Amino acid sequence: MTPTYYLLLSALLFSIGAVGVLVRRNAIVVFMCVELMLNAVNLSLVTFARINGSLDGQVMAFFVMVVAAAEVVVGLAIIMSIFRTRRSASVDDSNLLKY
Amino acid sequence: MNLLVAQAQQIEAPEIDYGAIAPLLIVLGAACISVLLEALLPKHQRWAVQLVLTLVTLVGAVGSLILYATSERPEQGVATLAGAIAVDSPALFLWATLLVLGFGSVLLIADRSVEPGGAFVAQAAIRPGTVQDRAQATKTGMQTEVFPLTLFALGGMMTFVASNDLLTMFIALEVLSLPLYLLCGLARRRRLLSQEAAVKYFLLGAFASAFFLYGVALLYGYAGSVKLSAIATAAGGTDRSDTLLFAGFGLLVVGLLFKAAVGPFHSWTPDVYQGAPTPITAFMAACTKVAAFGGILRVLTVAFENTQWEWRGVLYGVAVVSMVIGAILGLTQTDVKRMIAYSSVAHAGFLLIGSIALVPDGTGVSATMFYLLAYGFTTIAAFGVVSLVRNSDGEATHLSQWAGLAKRSPIVAATFTFLLLALAGIPLTSGFIGKFVVFSAAIEAGLMPLVVIALVASAVAAFFYLRVIVLMYFSDPAPDGPTVTVPGAFTTIAITLGAVVTLVLGLWPTFVLDWAGTGSFLS
Repeated sequence: MTPTYYLLLSALLFSIGAVGVLVRRNAIVVFMCVELMLNAVNLSLVTFARINGSLDGQVMAFFVMVVAAAEVVVGLAIIMSIFRTRRSASVDDSNLLKY
Repeated sequence: MNLLVAQAQQIEAPEIDYGAIAPLLIVLGAACISVLLEALLPKHQRWAVQLVLTLVTLVGAVGSLILYATSERPEQGVATLAGAIAVDSPALFLWATLLVLGFGSVLLIADRSVEPGGAFVAQAAIRPGTVQDRAQATKTGMQTEVFPLTLFALGGMMTFVASNDLLTMFIALEVLSLPLYLLCGLARRRRLLSQEAAVKYFLLGAFASAFFLYGVALLYGYAGSVKLSAIATAAGGTDRSDTLLFAGFGLLVVGLLFKAAVGPFHSWTPDVYQGAPTPITAFMAACTKVAAFGGILRVLTVAFENTQWEWRGVLYGVAVVSMVIGAILGLTQTDVKRMIAYSSVAHAGFLLIGSIALVPDGTGVSATMFYLLAYGFTTIAAFGVVSLVRNSDGEATHLSQWAGLAKRSPIVAATFTFLLLALAGIPLTSGFIGKFVVFSAAIEAGLMPLVVIALVASAVAAFFYLRVIVLMYFSDPAPDGPTVTVPGAFTTIAITLGAVVTLVLGLWPTFVLDWAGTGSFLS
């Protein structure tokens, strides 16, 4: 297997995540799509580490995982608080601030 | 396996220049202590202790910064922590700016005289609209976690402007963003708006940082390293495809421009500025802008200067879009906070002009840094004034409520007029000098058409600032209009600091301009 296929897979996963963020309506699902994007990046970091023959990319993937975990904590707290108020996590319902 | 063992034997602990990174360590260390205090102290002591700790920290950090800046240090700066952090003249300038602006913001955040108990909710977990929520709105005491969160955000910003590789930059980006997402959702009044602002900022911010990160990954694939200088070297000649370089650059810049609220990536700005508690809006508008543009300047100058002819056209277009959006949409706003938000989008366009004017003598960089400093102080004072105009259910931010404000409070109206004139860039204010130096650098870099567009955009933007001034002075106040609260010491100090710096830099800018121009980025 050439590493290029992994890069293509990673680009595909990243695009699926990005499209998901744009079209899905539930804040939790939107957030999961963001996580998919981050993990797609991890795959390409690890692949590039393999191509470059250095370990930097793999170490970076660990950093990204930690950051993603921290982001989950903050994100779920925010989504939870708005869900408790509105009884809905739909991003379409948050429409008080506009124009 | 053999590779791992071989690498493990090579690892040596990196040299750390503690003197150079002392301000950073002080801020982040105090943030950790502050979290501990939150867990250990009884509730009634927290506000006072946290406030003292935060202010002492900021003063201490400025002190250690001055100590380091005036000591014997290498002219071109040092890269410490295994080259992850570069402490050079621009980094020191931006650190000082961030710390002083942070000091002003902390004063606004800590104020409990304008809104009894402070602008922050007493207990973020209380559901809006319930009995407990109505009780907390009048009860004194606020969620004092805002102090550690502010310190963490400030520490992240300081790391961001000094980071010498893209991984550090990504971590710093998250360290500065995550506390800000939370802070946005902690308003005491209008909590639905505040929570909505937090959700919007969080989802869009996470989306943008994913783009930033993918850019980092592609540049790592291109250069084999995430060090800014290694990317610059690789761009000079490598066998890898240029697609990686330019796709990586594009994605990276999208993430940065999002944080800086530039042009087409500004869509979160008005909503978040309006919904967030006003002291946090001031903090975001001033400090996040400084941090984001500090990062943009470093990335463009150190990593991408020798490819500038390939990307300059793109950022040229982005700057135009940003100025036009900010100026035109600002005209249609009816809310003061949203109006300043659109004005910040227009200002981001002006700042981007300075950032892409990469002239060899570095005037583009120093002009942009001066502009950032001037704009930060003006904005903090402007949001401080916005927080004073109130009616029974909190801040009265609708423009119609500001009619005839000069008759109710001449001093507040005069201060706000002065600040709006500074934002518009009228001579004798720092806004004029900022625009002047940025546009001069742009002309020197051959960006004449962009400067013409910028001047037209400033003229359009001046219209909506003047509209507020006319409204305040030449309309009759509504009988049930808002009152102007007499601010306590903290808010008064913050507004005075902002207004005085705006005036002083308008009259004698030389000192700061010289300081901004003392050195260039370490490459």
